[in-house]
Amino acid sequence: MNDEILLEAKKVGMEFGGLKAVDGFDLQLRRGELVGLIGPNGAGKTTCFNCLTGVYKPTSGEVIIRGVNIRGLKTYEVSRLGMTRTFQNIRLFKELSVLDNVIVAGLQHARQTVMDDVLRHPRHYVEEARMRERALELLRIFKLDIKSDQPSSSLPYGEQRRLEIVRALATEPRIILLDEPAAGMNDKETEDLMHLIAQIRRDFRLTVLLIEHDMRLVMGICERIVVLDHGCIISQGTPANIKSDPAVIAAYLGVDEKSAEVT
Amino acid sequence: MTDQRARGLFYRSLPSPFLATVALVLVGLIIENSTNAYTQDVVLWIFTNIILAVSLNLVSGFTGQFSLGHAGFMAVGAYLSAWCSLRPEFQALPDPLRFTLLPAIGGLGAAAAGYIVGLPSLRLRGDYLAIVTLGFGEIIRVTLLNTEAVGGARGLNRIPATEGWLEIGLSPYLAQFSIASFWTVLTITALWRIVHSQKGRIFLSVREDEIAAEAMGVNVTQAKVRAFVISAFFAGVGGSLFAHSVKYLSPATFSFTKSVDIIIMIVLGGMGSFTGSVIAAIFITLIPEFVLRPVQEITKVDLRMVIYSLILILFMIMRPAGLLGTREWNDFAWVKRLQLILSRLLNREAKDDSSNTPSPSEVS
Amino acid sequence: MEASQQEFLQHLLNGVTLGSIYALIALGYTMVYGILQLINFAHSEVYMMGAFAAYYTGRTLQLDQSPGILSFLILLIAAIVACSVLGLTIERLAYRPLRKAPKLNILITAIGVSLLLQYSAQVIFGAEPKLFPEVIADRTLFTVAEVEVRTLDITIFLVGTLAMGGLHFLIHQTRLGMAMRAVSVNGPVASLMGINVDRIIMWTFVVGSSLAAVGSVLVGLKYPKIDPLMGMLIGIKAFVAAVLGGIGSLPGAMLGGIFLGLSEEMVVAYLSSTYRDALAFGILIVVLLFRPAGLMGTPVKEKV
Repeated sequence: MNDEILLEAKKVGMEFGGLKAVDGFDLQLRRGELVGLIGPNGAGKTTCFNCLTGVYKPTSGEVIIRGVNIRGLKTYEVSRLGMTRTFQNIRLFKELSVLDNVIVAGLQHARQTVMDDVLRHPRHYVEEARMRERALELLRIFKLDIKSDQPSSSLPYGEQRRLEIVRALATEPRIILLDEPAAGMNDKETEDLMHLIAQIRRDFRLTVLLIEHDMRLVMGICERIVVLDHGCIISQGTPANIKSDPAVIAAYLGVDEKSAEVT
Repeated sequence: MTDQRARGLFYRSLPSPFLATVALVLVGLIIENSTNAYTQDVVLWIFTNIILAVSLNLVSGFTGQFSLGHAGFMAVGAYLSAWCSLRPEFQALPDPLRFTLLPAIGGLGAAAAGYIVGLPSLRLRGDYLAIVTLGFGEIIRVTLLNTEAVGGARGLNRIPATEGWLEIGLSPYLAQFSIASFWTVLTITALWRIVHSQKGRIFLSVREDEIAAEAMGVNVTQAKVRAFVISAFFAGVGGSLFAHSVKYLSPATFSFTKSVDIIIMIVLGGMGSFTGSVIAAIFITLIPEFVLRPVQEITKVDLRMVIYSLILILFMIMRPAGLLGTREWNDFAWVKRLQLILSRLLNREAKDDSSNTPSPSEVS
Repeated sequence: MEASQQEFLQHLLNGVTLGSIYALIALGYTMVYGILQLINFAHSEVYMMGAFAAYYTGRTLQLDQSPGILSFLILLIAAIVACSVLGLTIERLAYRPLRKAPKLNILITAIGVSLLLQYSAQVIFGAEPKLFPEVIADRTLFTVAEVEVRTLDITIFLVGTLAMGGLHFLIHQTRLGMAMRAVSVNGPVASLMGINVDRIIMWTFVVGSSLAAVGSVLVGLKYPKIDPLMGMLIGIKAFVAAVLGGIGSLPGAMLGGIFLGLSEEMVVAYLSSTYRDALAFGILIVVLLFRPAGLMGTPVKEKV
């Protein structure tokens, strides 16, 4: 496997009015890795994601994605570097159809201009058909193509989560950050999701960073795990190492993993 | 899709706007010969209001940016166009052509204003943006009030209008009607096509969720500014048509109340429905003139605005999504059935009516 | 003392007087916004109605025959009662049914209510300006550094300060105020803590409308011609003052009001009077570009 580092966070810190939500966060993601980010509620996991994706501007430290320092870049520019994400609290374009949700994410690769659209230039039709086909192809992989015309808000919860992943994939990312993809899913759905994540990682040659509370999922598919508590990394290593790390056990002590799902 | 098929679709998309304009002009011919001058004027206002409503809908209904200053853009277009028409340099162009092109000039001026207003939207959201757009609208109005070149507070008088093209039998009114039809069809076609294309989905995604859109690589800032510029351009076009049909401009016309009028149209019609905007614009132009005015003559009290605002409040409480919500005319089952029957009659491939390819919905 | 300096002080005084009126009305906007996140466009019409309530009370009781503090108080109370009832009615009939509706709908409703009141007033009271009863004789009270301090200026300043002081006491020292603050921070949670949110909202409208009522009587005394459209411009400017200070913030509204009043007075005096009505918005846009949450507002980060 290639050892190229796709994402690197150096001493990233984020303060909210004196409160350190994240402090000295270091991370290196190598091409093709699948890394899990875990920690008790309020440990700062989602804040980390927001710093990595440019939603928040970190108060200290650097984030480098595929060789580009993202300081000063807008969120959409970070996304166009080839890194995208899903959201913990599902953020689909509710009133748009399932298909349109996916198409919007792929639009940065569309080649027509607004003028082409207004004049209904042949290029408009060619591109429309191309984008539509591409989106349908992705939806087919996730078995959502039969629902492509429904508004995305009408999908059941589990499917909405899957649609978020499809939408993220439509941006043609190299790195994907999944924020609690299994939240609110039952055991069977979680099981399916595990296979799905493994599959897309293989088929799309993705590098994956995921936040998850479901330990079975994290331990089952992650090669490396980073544990966060009170904004600091308290441990990292293979799932086996993490399981036996006293610091991790202490952080979770008294916190039932299942109850931690409710945020 | 093959290039050849794409080209075929392109050619098929060409005649519909043209046919729609011709159909409207025929309606104009009927109106000219069957109604009085007053009714004829009211009909011209309908065009202006349709253009204003659908253009505001792009920003507010489709992009989700609440604007309270649409009358300001309209004012820029109206004044610029009127001022140009009074300049001797402009008299060089032959008459009907001159008045066909003037709205474009008004539109460009308004688009420039739209760009300036769009810029603060980079940083402001929701109510703050609304109040800043209100502010820009007022600033434009007060500036006009203080600009002597356009008459200041006295207003701009004797704005010329087209004198028609009598050689080919085009009366002044019909020429004016044709120009208005042309621009109205152009506005609706352009906006409809923008929103009903995949690139246009960007506007919708900004309305639905800015943060998610941004994470999916959408340049939200650019989308908002674009929406403002496009919308302002057409508001300027509407303003220009207004200037040459009313022939008198005063800054007082373009107050906050005018912006509210346009907002009422898109809210009653349904935010995010062009069809709704068109219907609402027609009704809101006609009802005060032909229903409420007679009522006023009977009661001797001007209750027009009282009834108008009461309807607005009741509508908001009882039917908050407006007449059509986000549905367009071709979203209704009976229209779809009709389209299917028509397309069978015309022996087209059934495939052509799928949502991707341009169905007859491209007419407008 | 130089004439120019004296003139400056005079403008300063006028500016503060004007500013305290803006502030009074701005407080009503900012209170409702703080609790409902609604730009209550009808607030300016509540203010207008207050002036008319005072006018008709004054005319019925022939108060201009007997000027003095008592007559002034009667006008104030009449306006406060009328505005409170009106504010409550609007809240109950127009806003409450839309509590869960999209924000835009409530905003349009607010505009609708504003139009309804404005045009109804034109039908009922007539569009002709009316002369507000002169219950306080405006004369020079004393002269400081050659600046004339007139009765009305002092009255406006005193009453304005008193009203704002009262509001501050209400918000920070009473149970009702504490509940209001709680609801404005987080309505659903406040209701879980046993606060009757609907009742707090009603009180907010009562208090906000009363402040507008006070403002309307003061304006009526200072600029005695009142008409149904009097609320429009001053309402928009007061709202601008509220946004300027940071909407939802009470000290912000006061600061914004005074700031706006002063700048208007100074610009009219020293630069040009023709742009007076655009000035408020010019200032607003500039301030918002640098401080998007207003002078004293705190930026809200959306949770991702």
